[in-house]
Amino acid sequence: MLEKEGQVRIPAGCAISGFISRDGNRICGDKIVKSISYMHDRSNGLGGGFAGYGIYPEYKDQYAFHIFYDSNEARVETERFLDRHFDVVNLSRIPTRKHPNITNEPLIWRYFVTPLPTKLAASQLDEREFVAQCVINVNDRINGAYVFSSGKNMGVFKAVGYPEDVGEFYRLEEYSGYAWTAHGRYPTNTPGWWGGAHPFALLDYTIVHNGEISSYDANRRYIEMFGYKCNLLTDTEVITYIFDYLNRKQKLSLEDIAKIIAAPFWSEIESGKFSKEETEKLKYFRNVFSSLLITGPFSIILGFDGGIMALNDRLKLRSMVAAEKDDMVYLASEECAIRAICPDVDKIWSPRGGEPIIVKLNQK
Amino acid sequence: MALNYFQPLFEVIRDKDRCIKCQACARQCSNEVHKYDAELDMMISDSQTCVDCQRCVTICPTRALKITENNNQFRTNANWSQQTMTEVYRQAESGGVLLSSMGNPKPYPVYWDKILLNASQVTNPPIDPLREPMESRVFLGKKPRNVSFNEDGSVNTKVTPTLELSTPIMFSAMSYGSISRNAHESLARAATELGIYYNTGEGGLHKDFYQYGPNTIVQVASGRFGVFKDYLETGAAIEIKMGQGAKPGIGGHLPGQKILEDVSRTRMIPMGTDAISPAPHHDIYSIEDLRQLVYSLKEATEYKKPVIVKIAAVHNVAAIASGIARSGADIIAIDGYRGGTGAAPTRIRDNVGIPIELALASVDQRLRDEGIRNEVSVVVAGSIRSSSDVVKAIALGADAVYIGTAALLALGCHLCRTCHTGKCNWGIATQRDDLVKRLNPEIGYKRLVNLVHAWDHEIKEMMGGMGINSIEALRGNRLMLRGIGLTDKELEILGIQHAGQ
Amino acid sequence: MKKVYVNEEWCLACHLCEYYCAAANSGAENMIKAFANGNKPIPRIRVEEGSKINFAVQCRHCDDPICVKSCITGALSKKDGIISCDETRCVGCYTCVLTCPYGCIVTSENSKVIQKCDLCLKNNNGDPACVKGCPNKAIVLEER
Repeated sequence: MLEKEGQVRIPAGCAISGFISRDGNRICGDKIVKSISYMHDRSNGLGGGFAGYGIYPEYKDQYAFHIFYDSNEARVETERFLDRHFDVVNLSRIPTRKHPNITNEPLIWRYFVTPLPTKLAASQLDEREFVAQCVINVNDRINGAYVFSSGKNMGVFKAVGYPEDVGEFYRLEEYSGYAWTAHGRYPTNTPGWWGGAHPFALLDYTIVHNGEISSYDANRRYIEMFGYKCNLLTDTEVITYIFDYLNRKQKLSLEDIAKIIAAPFWSEIESGKFSKEETEKLKYFRNVFSSLLITGPFSIILGFDGGIMALNDRLKLRSMVAAEKDDMVYLASEECAIRAICPDVDKIWSPRGGEPIIVKLNQK
Repeated sequence: MALNYFQPLFEVIRDKDRCIKCQACARQCSNEVHKYDAELDMMISDSQTCVDCQRCVTICPTRALKITENNNQFRTNANWSQQTMTEVYRQAESGGVLLSSMGNPKPYPVYWDKILLNASQVTNPPIDPLREPMESRVFLGKKPRNVSFNEDGSVNTKVTPTLELSTPIMFSAMSYGSISRNAHESLARAATELGIYYNTGEGGLHKDFYQYGPNTIVQVASGRFGVFKDYLETGAAIEIKMGQGAKPGIGGHLPGQKILEDVSRTRMIPMGTDAISPAPHHDIYSIEDLRQLVYSLKEATEYKKPVIVKIAAVHNVAAIASGIARSGADIIAIDGYRGGTGAAPTRIRDNVGIPIELALASVDQRLRDEGIRNEVSVVVAGSIRSSSDVVKAIALGADAVYIGTAALLALGCHLCRTCHTGKCNWGIATQRDDLVKRLNPEIGYKRLVNLVHAWDHEIKEMMGGMGINSIEALRGNRLMLRGIGLTDKELEILGIQHAGQ
Repeated sequence: MKKVYVNEEWCLACHLCEYYCAAANSGAENMIKAFANGNKPIPRIRVEEGSKINFAVQCRHCDDPICVKSCITGALSKKDGIISCDETRCVGCYTCVLTCPYGCIVTSENSKVIQKCDLCLKNNNGDPACVKGCPNKAIVLEER
């Protein structure tokens, strides 16, 4: 029998795309579906997904949990857990439409929740840490349940299939948000499991990733020291946790995180091109966070509350293009995915390896 | 005269057609195996005292010599091997403890040889170290638990004292006394040129070598030989030696005949007295005592130097390492049962301790499980034989390795395992002036530099194949390893999958 | 100019330099042939042994060479810093053997002409056999 995601590590090639309106204009989800569909050949129908930001303005203060269930028993057990820890403001199945190419769907539910104040106080954790631990708990302990989206005013939609089919299946044209990211997957094995599709998410952090990192197990075994459980054995999962750890827990800026996971080479650090303080800092990062250096090819788009960030590995072993038009910034594996939705860009360029592109909402 | 129960272990074979009777063999053999007989005008060899150090073979200008095992055989017995029987004869004659040198030579499994490395194919690219930067620099020491920020919001980049290595290889502790001054000088100069560290062992530091202090790890062992303020202040790091892989649970004994003037001054003990290191540190009977010594040494050196605690790999090594990680030590060095020694009781060397591969795997996992892997760096020793052993050790979770035996091999050692006799023909494990001078540090240090450079190249080549361009992305990266011919239990302890999985 | 120097600190008195020298200057193809049939070619370098100090000695190529002055036929001459012997002119008077303060000019086992170190110019392209053969870098060819 073939093993599913999490029982075996499956390398994958991919397509990624994403955009953001710096002014915070809400853009319909069909745009991102169109963009990713132009890179059809970069996926093989074994995984596609999207993350939208600003899509739940009516529930913007609640955490939106998107959950896959293999069975009703798993749902009942999970809901019991949720009831014990959260005030569930709203719950429903996520609306989907039947699609000939999307089959074997699990039960897909959505919950808008806030932590129970008593539980939160008793845990002595800050709210986001409390939520993150609950999510990790469900995914690690409840068989057949998988929380695949857990941020505020954002949501992940993913499935086994080509991304354009996944978009139709989830009726993404009914959502609109200020930023979207998308992923089309080309795994070298048959995962057949929806949880293994991307984006991967924890709280409001989502990652779409193209590449296969050679540092995976070094990164995984390090990050697992801090309470994370890498159940899926995917690069995307571990990269998400690294961002969560460095950004949320260590309070490092996204710029600094890029200097850790795609650290400049020593030859560059010691070339004298950086100021003394910057040299010290780069050296400090390479010493203290050496196990979070990511090697091997990757191009990622990180989505977070209020912005997106793109980053290539330091040798730029994966393609990635960026473009600007008015208040819009586009990022994609291939230029065609940008031109498909914005034919006349103001500026288009290929970011250098290790050089982050960070775009935030103008007012936030 | 009593019967001689001891058959020669080796046989000297001389090709008379090639021998030109230059007598270099006779002049170079400290065991007096070879002799020139002027009356017969021929070279005569008495194999009885030959230790198979290969000095004569190597120096013979016409390659007329070879040494083989003596094939004289006792009656075959699967239970009582000839060696076992001979050891009984030896003890029946001497009434003493059997002594041996260098590492455990018994045919126990070598796990390094049952682990295979990965390489990239198709889904991600291998990296060519000749075309792309490839980094092998490592830092050893504690890492802060959390990033702290200065008042202006910038990252506070202060860290506790750290060792910076150009490549994750250091020279193991070998004391001046157990090895010669010239061997020490070779190690010190090589470490300096390479940007790595060598280790004084427990014999103190010769005044002439204080100049290499920035690349020296000074050791504090149970005998406290040669330990004083200047010594501690000179080293780049201080190592507390709790144990040694070749002889866990045993102290040291450098016989008085090796304590000549220079050694005596360096060790700070009278000439001719035996230097006996107790089995325990008599101020450390428990883990809390270790903490006190760690902090005493830190106090004495104003918290400017990292402190290493070196232990032998024994059965509960993971728990011990966890205790050490919480003792304030910055680095743990673990020495496996194959680790070398200048002299150890044979029974201890051959039967006590565990393989470094298993010890490393369980220590690294234990420290991670407890979330304290960042509190310490882990250095492993005890038979790292090649660059692939280094790569496997790092992928299992080590920060760096110590090499001792391999370094001595670079200096000429042929593992004849008779260091304890003090008659080392290669000028390494001896204090006899005429023998010591056979090791010219000018040659020795260059050979060490060559060795480490060669390994560094190979490490980079293997990393590149795996698509890794910096050594830190290899550390603990056990997915890059697969076992071959290992049981489920062994795989579980090593934390790796079997080849084909 | 580069000359052969000896670091007595590292000389082990193994005498190998003598054998490498003798073989190299014997004209034989290899060392075994050079010493075959009881042959004992005479080396142009000689190891002096003491209880603690040993060192090899060969022609110092003196600045003011007394051997050249004493040569009655002009066979010995100094050119480019190297003293060498023109074997066709040497008559075997051995005056040089007697005058050399270092004892570095030796007789030959099978002819009357003298022989001395010429830094292996004639047989090894100036890559002295003693230097190459020294196992401990006690003999070096260098500028000082």
